[in-house]
Amino acid sequence: MASRDAAVNPVHVRTNRRLWTRIKRDYELYLFLLPIIVVYLLFKYYPMYGIQIAFKDFSASRGIWGSEWVGFKHFVDFFNDYNFWPIIKNTVILSFSSLVFSFPVPIIIAIMLNQMLAKRYKKFVQTVIYAPHFISTVVLVGMLNVFLSPNSGIVNHVISWFGGEPILFMADEGWFRPLYILSGIWQETGFATIIYLASLAGINPELHEAAVMDGASKWKRVWNVDIPGILPTIVILLILALGNMMSIGFEKAFLMQSDLNYATSNIIPTYVYEMGIQKAQYSFSTAVGLFNSLINIILIFTVNRIARKLTETSLW
Amino acid sequence: MNSLLKRKTRGDMWFDTINYVLLTIVMLLVLYPLYFVLNASFSDPDLIYSGEVWLFPKGFTLDGYERIFSDAAIWTGYANSIVYAVVGTVIGVAITVFAAYPLARKDLFGKSFIMWFLLVTMFFSGGLIPTYLLIKDLHMLNTIWALVLPGAGGVFNVIIVRTFFQSSIPDEMWEAASIDGCSNTRFFWSIVMPLSKSIIAVMVLYHVVGFWNGFFDALIYLNDEHKYPLQLVLRNILVQNQVSTGMMADVESYAAKMRVTELIKYGVIIVASVPLLVLYPFLQKYFVKGVMIGSIKG
Repeated sequence: MASRDAAVNPVHVRTNRRLWTRIKRDYELYLFLLPIIVVYLLFKYYPMYGIQIAFKDFSASRGIWGSEWVGFKHFVDFFNDYNFWPIIKNTVILSFSSLVFSFPVPIIIAIMLNQMLAKRYKKFVQTVIYAPHFISTVVLVGMLNVFLSPNSGIVNHVISWFGGEPILFMADEGWFRPLYILSGIWQETGFATIIYLASLAGINPELHEAAVMDGASKWKRVWNVDIPGILPTIVILLILALGNMMSIGFEKAFLMQSDLNYATSNIIPTYVYEMGIQKAQYSFSTAVGLFNSLINIILIFTVNRIARKLTETSLW
Repeated sequence: MNSLLKRKTRGDMWFDTINYVLLTIVMLLVLYPLYFVLNASFSDPDLIYSGEVWLFPKGFTLDGYERIFSDAAIWTGYANSIVYAVVGTVIGVAITVFAAYPLARKDLFGKSFIMWFLLVTMFFSGGLIPTYLLIKDLHMLNTIWALVLPGAGGVFNVIIVRTFFQSSIPDEMWEAASIDGCSNTRFFWSIVMPLSKSIIAVMVLYHVVGFWNGFFDALIYLNDEHKYPLQLVLRNILVQNQVSTGMMADVESYAAKMRVTELIKYGVIIVASVPLLVLYPFLQKYFVKGVMIGSIKG
């Protein structure tokens, strides 16, 4: 169709030719892009073809294509699994409470840091509180283990000094969520302040000067200048966080998990790993993973749509 | 005008005082656990056990470190992690920077299509098992390639580098150079690269930290213990309490073993963190920079 149009329409001939010369002129740029395209086709797009095993009974000898179709069997199995509701509940509670408790902390710390006038001390505080961001999850969970150890951990030493009984933190299902959230706050708060500090630095100083002229105290300026000034940043980051709510990380939950806290630490990603890698139930595990990514997509698009309606800020 | 901002009411004095006190507490809450690990790693395990180590090492000893350094698994893990980090960083940064430059050029035909091609994978992916089966079919299990290739050229990194190019390499530069007959490749190497040292530093550090700290891919794709990166070795010690018998050969009683294990745990945390500690001044500077560039678009 295009070529016939081009043949009869001289303008098209020219644009087509110009397009072709452009592509030819830039062939090196396409070569630059070649590696990433190959990597994505192979490692990101080809596995999408493998998702069909969620609807099949995968057998290694028959391969992805040759395995037998079973429709929604694995999804039905998952919904009827006695683990289904606990897993969904655990995942939702863990991610939602993480968000509720962790999200406001860096905002508060950033506003406080921004009010700090002693430059050197401020820099020092920042240097310290950014550091945990670079600690690996394995080391973080290792630190939880040694600090919370029932007989040698520093936390239980403090508890016994105040006359309390040692608590078996890591082996208690009731402590899994608080520990997960608190350690997350300890590790990521500092680093998360960076973006709010940048946003605070972008507030027009004339607003502060005008407020001082009108006799506003620091406290009032925080509420009436700083917070409204960074509100757009807060909203964007909140949308992002809400959209990613169900794609909660695997590593920390997996490392903190034991038979003793399984009742609260069993979440979708750890279950996908357990069933897929440890128990080699490839089709079932893929079905559970697919179910999770569908929820994620729905969540991201819904949150974005709501945000666009309510605040006129959205991700796209 | 600036002096106006420094004028303080009595309420502002209170505000400042409380602010400094609270931030100092926050800082100490973050610092103390790290400081304690360092202390404990040099202390007599019996004194850690009885809760006598607080602000300074007590019963100073290098016993923990001697045991750690005598363990072959730690050294192998260290060496493996260095190899994975170096190879992974070179490949990852190269793919990312090469991809980001064309995508930053306004005049590239098909640019938005390629951008979508990359972005789709942020929302949808094959998932754990289909990717695992692919790696298996490619015979990449138990090889370094399973760790360094699948994640190379992550979308976020490409976007950060692209944003940097867009904001710091003006279009007019390329226009002028191309009129003078400069090819894209030459322009990239002799103009773009020298202007982009800082963003390359950001990318290198992102990758190094990612590979050094990563453990999920190694957990799934490697099962030969001699190929384990440091983080998997650490997991055995820190999380699963499996200290190799070689480190404990001379320890007799069960109770003593427990205590020495704790000492070794504190020590390996330090040993594993030394490279990042050395890099920390750069990490701080360039990670902050990366967040700033990322937030322009994000």
